[in-house]
Amino acid sequence: MTVPHKVETDTAAAEVATALRHGPLEHRAAEFERRSASGARGVRLREEPFLTQLDLRTSPGSSSAASVADALGLPLPAANRVSGDEHDAVLWLGPDESLIVAPDGRAESLLRTVRTAQQGGSGSVVDVSANRTTLRLSGPMAREVLEKLCSLDLHPRAFGPGDCAQTLLGRVVVVLWQLDHEPGYRIMVRCSFAEYLADLLLDAMAEFLDG
Amino acid sequence: MTSPSNPNRVNASVRAGRIDRTRTLNATVDGRPVHGRPGDTLASAMLAQGDIEVAPSIQLGRPRGVLSADCTEPNALVQLLDGACPEPMLPTTEIELREGLRAETLSGVGWLSQQRDTAGYDKKFVHTDVVVVGAGPSGIAASLAAARGGARVILVDQHRELGGMLLDGRADIAGHPATEWIGRAARELAENEQVRVLTRSAALGYYDHNYLLVAESRTDHMAVPPPSTSRQRLWHVRAKQVVLATGAHERPVVFADNDRPGVMLASAVRSYLNRYAVLPGREAVVFTTSDSAYSTALDLLGAGARVPAIVDTRPEPSARLVEQVRAAGAHVVTSAAVVATTGQHRISGVRVRGLDDDGSLTGWSSEFSCDLLAVSGGWNPAVQLFAQCGGAVRWDPVVAGFVPRTTGGRSAKVVGSARGTYDLAGCLAQGFAAGAEAATLSGFRTAPPPVPQVDGDRQGSRPRPVWLVPDESRPPERCTEHFVDLQRDATVADMYRATETGMRSVQHVKRYTTISTGLDQGKGSGVNAVGVLAEILAANSPGEVGTTTFRPPYTPVPLALFAGRTRGELYDPVRTTPMHHLHVEAGAVFEDVGQWKRARYYPRGAEDMHAAVLRECAAARTGVAVQDVSTLGRIEIVGPDAPVFLDRIYTNGFAKLAVGKARYGMMCGADGMVLDDGVSMRLAEDRYLMSTTTGGAAKVLDWLEEWLQTEWPDLDVYCTSVTEQWAAVAVVGPDSRTVVGRLAPDLDVSADSFGFMRFHETSLTGGIPARISRVSFSGELAFEVNVPRWYGEALWEATMTAGSDLGITPYGTETMHVLRAEKGFVIVGQDTDGTVTPVDLGMDWAVSKQKDFIGKRSLSRPDLVREDRKQLVGLLPTDTTTLLPEGSHLVEPDVSRQPPVPMLGHVTSSYHSAALERTFALGLISRGQQRFGDVVCVPVDGRDVEVEITSPVFYDPEGVRRDGPAQG
Repeated sequence: MTVPHKVETDTAAAEVATALRHGPLEHRAAEFERRSASGARGVRLREEPFLTQLDLRTSPGSSSAASVADALGLPLPAANRVSGDEHDAVLWLGPDESLIVAPDGRAESLLRTVRTAQQGGSGSVVDVSANRTTLRLSGPMAREVLEKLCSLDLHPRAFGPGDCAQTLLGRVVVVLWQLDHEPGYRIMVRCSFAEYLADLLLDAMAEFLDG
Repeated sequence: MTSPSNPNRVNASVRAGRIDRTRTLNATVDGRPVHGRPGDTLASAMLAQGDIEVAPSIQLGRPRGVLSADCTEPNALVQLLDGACPEPMLPTTEIELREGLRAETLSGVGWLSQQRDTAGYDKKFVHTDVVVVGAGPSGIAASLAAARGGARVILVDQHRELGGMLLDGRADIAGHPATEWIGRAARELAENEQVRVLTRSAALGYYDHNYLLVAESRTDHMAVPPPSTSRQRLWHVRAKQVVLATGAHERPVVFADNDRPGVMLASAVRSYLNRYAVLPGREAVVFTTSDSAYSTALDLLGAGARVPAIVDTRPEPSARLVEQVRAAGAHVVTSAAVVATTGQHRISGVRVRGLDDDGSLTGWSSEFSCDLLAVSGGWNPAVQLFAQCGGAVRWDPVVAGFVPRTTGGRSAKVVGSARGTYDLAGCLAQGFAAGAEAATLSGFRTAPPPVPQVDGDRQGSRPRPVWLVPDESRPPERCTEHFVDLQRDATVADMYRATETGMRSVQHVKRYTTISTGLDQGKGSGVNAVGVLAEILAANSPGEVGTTTFRPPYTPVPLALFAGRTRGELYDPVRTTPMHHLHVEAGAVFEDVGQWKRARYYPRGAEDMHAAVLRECAAARTGVAVQDVSTLGRIEIVGPDAPVFLDRIYTNGFAKLAVGKARYGMMCGADGMVLDDGVSMRLAEDRYLMSTTTGGAAKVLDWLEEWLQTEWPDLDVYCTSVTEQWAAVAVVGPDSRTVVGRLAPDLDVSADSFGFMRFHETSLTGGIPARISRVSFSGELAFEVNVPRWYGEALWEATMTAGSDLGITPYGTETMHVLRAEKGFVIVGQDTDGTVTPVDLGMDWAVSKQKDFIGKRSLSRPDLVREDRKQLVGLLPTDTTTLLPEGSHLVEPDVSRQPPVPMLGHVTSSYHSAALERTFALGLISRGQQRFGDVVCVPVDGRDVEVEITSPVFYDPEGVRRDGPAQG
């Protein structure tokens, strides 16, 4: 006997419910806009809430890992790498841990897909979509901003598009994911830390607003 | 030739200097105006005005003057008065002049402002293939070579422009003035995007694994800094290879009255003249132990000053140099030393005596009048950073200095004058070679560029250091005016006193005399102290005495720099739940639980905490109340071995828990002491959701992972933190069933269908998916409603709406504490402290006799089955209004109060209870479970409070309230 993990709801009800959601930084969107700067010394910040995120655990090299990759249509990434693109991706979090990322609303279907693929093998998959929100930091000075908070080597020779890391920004644990060369980054942070992290980032961005 | 306000500024046709003569900068020192040029330091601007004298010395009040032109300066210290916060103890030699600068001179002691430092400080973390410290000729060469190989390079220098000592001298490189070579190099480095040049940046510390801290001064040189640019930045640099081109510091000479204003390092005189176009004196005696000061003499002569004598300790200085200065108009006195100075304040003359081979004075003497004495006691390679990171130094008698014992290999490469190489061609060659090697070792194979032709400064013949110029009349132990450390007013006589008390180690002598403990940490005085000590102890060389330990920071920096941005609001993360702003709007008073802000109580009107908590408690016991419990830790535990795993983790059994049910669990450390507790639900055969205490969430996950990874890797179990996947409210009280029934219309919430410790998944009104459980931390009928976190705000609002006609009352942690204590439920960390077992808490029922679990063996240790262990009890003050302070001790009523008084235990929790209409407490007391009914004493403020020991369950001991009122 198994209690269904999620209650099946009809589509209309789901849409009503969706309108009741709030990203943890929703109320600061205008402030982010105001404190972002464009141009050659620009850097911009915004929230990308509600991304589907599943925490995937598999034994590396196992047949169940292979069938999960098949089912997702994406290879499981090498260490500190991301497979896929910014829409559908798998991020390496550890030797036996990955983060599946997809657009909003895909959690249930992806859970089913992965659980089916894991059937009979070892591993777990857990919906953590609401566990973290995502900040997008981009612009020519984005790396300069992160270098104030993060002790990793973010130089293009060491960290580029498709790289990710679980690391600290200041005193906050995040998943840092570089998307493109601009550079643009996604910073995935547990919701309770989001306000503090936003404060840290805006503080670090301030000198680029001086022009 | 000179302007009246700047009598010592040399005409541009004589020396251009590195200053901008088109602009004037105005500053004040001690209220008096100082006018200088961009490019000046405060010291050079003051010297240009003829102000050589600074504040008197720290102990003796002797007149002092500017000695150096660098960070070794012992005398010319000021307190900055402008800027965000008055900053003490800055050498004027290191302060770039800026418009509006205000300072006051200091006699060796500054003052700390009470003002808050509002300037910004921040940090930056960077990695590089090669870091080069020092942008003199060797450092520039190393950077060029490494950068040409393609390596990432960071070049760090204390000053505003590259060049180091080249800017003080007049050398040619490749047939042109060195400044042209520097300019080309600076452009090449600036254009290479793999190179970062940090000027105005001091490498403070060099640590293991090529980790360096660099302090960059970013705005102090600006009259109006940009508003959001930090004043100083601390760079954390990690490098594959380190090249130290830190240069050398000239040391003074120890002779009688060597502290008089006008006594200046020869290199400083040269620096002021060539770099700043300032002639500090018109009639300058030069006193030297090596070749380098001849360049000072030649430059002085070239600039129109008179040089009455060059006093050289050596019997046979280089004939070429002697001839050069003779041709320029100065004469050299060999085998001689300055033995005394004269003057009221500033020096007006020197007395010179001959030195024989063993350093004693010979018969002849001579006197010269002068207004400047340029001294050179030799050079100290700046080995501080090298030594900080464990590099050993040795005494090199050829260059008369401590030099790195080994360089290269796994340690930093040390180049140029930092390793005692003083000729320009040698510096360039070493720099190019080290830069190319560093690039090659970090994966960018490259060869050193050819060394260009150089001309100008040449040094070669051996120095003859004289550590202690004998006094003409006094024995050395009475040389109370031979200053070794000017900043500390410490003399040769002081050092004799140290050795006469039996000290031999330079470390002891340093601490006894305070030599080298000043601002410059011995950069100026340290080696002279070693040399004098070697003389006193009749050691063969300073190398036999050795150096003191070199420690970071290399130069002083404000402590605020290390704090960086982590001050005030940004000091530490503040964690909030999605309903936080609703609690704020409701007027909640918050408390810190770890990094979380949790609502403590919700005062209405003028209520204090006491009144608010009584009201909130009453609502929970008689109506309905609601708490935000989103902060509780949650861990999803998945895998076929999850039941076995939880059985081993918890003291009670979970393998047989049915799917759809929940159970309270307690976990212990291997020592059998309570670690954490919480309710776990079985979501499926192979899936549990564990909850932990708010503060224990991270620790418990680590604990689970540790056992899985190190002890039981065979278990097929995965743990995932889902603390923040969920937002949750506890709905508590007899009316909670009504409220939850309205919230979840599809759910049958009747007692028959929704039993205690069961959970169901459903949709709330609005379609919000939810998991609702019947758990209770108050003894009342209660539900916990969990929704995905982004619905937290909607959940809170829906709950308040659903209960509005029932007077639903939000409550905080304080009420939660009271409610649970009335039922005798413990809080891990409040009623336990790491020395308490489940049995001590009277929770034997939660300790399985059948299965094994972490801590089980410890629970049978003799000490843990002792009968007199402290056990959890209830405590009722005889006076029902007396509130016992938590932490109070419990003692027998009849015991003598003469210390030591035997302590029976202590109060762990203490509250006013609305339900009991009195105060009550929980406590741990020896043999407590056998002592119900006994009366003991709690001394409070010198008065004894009588308390009765009771069962810890005060309220509804039968548990009839758990299922709520019968449904009508």
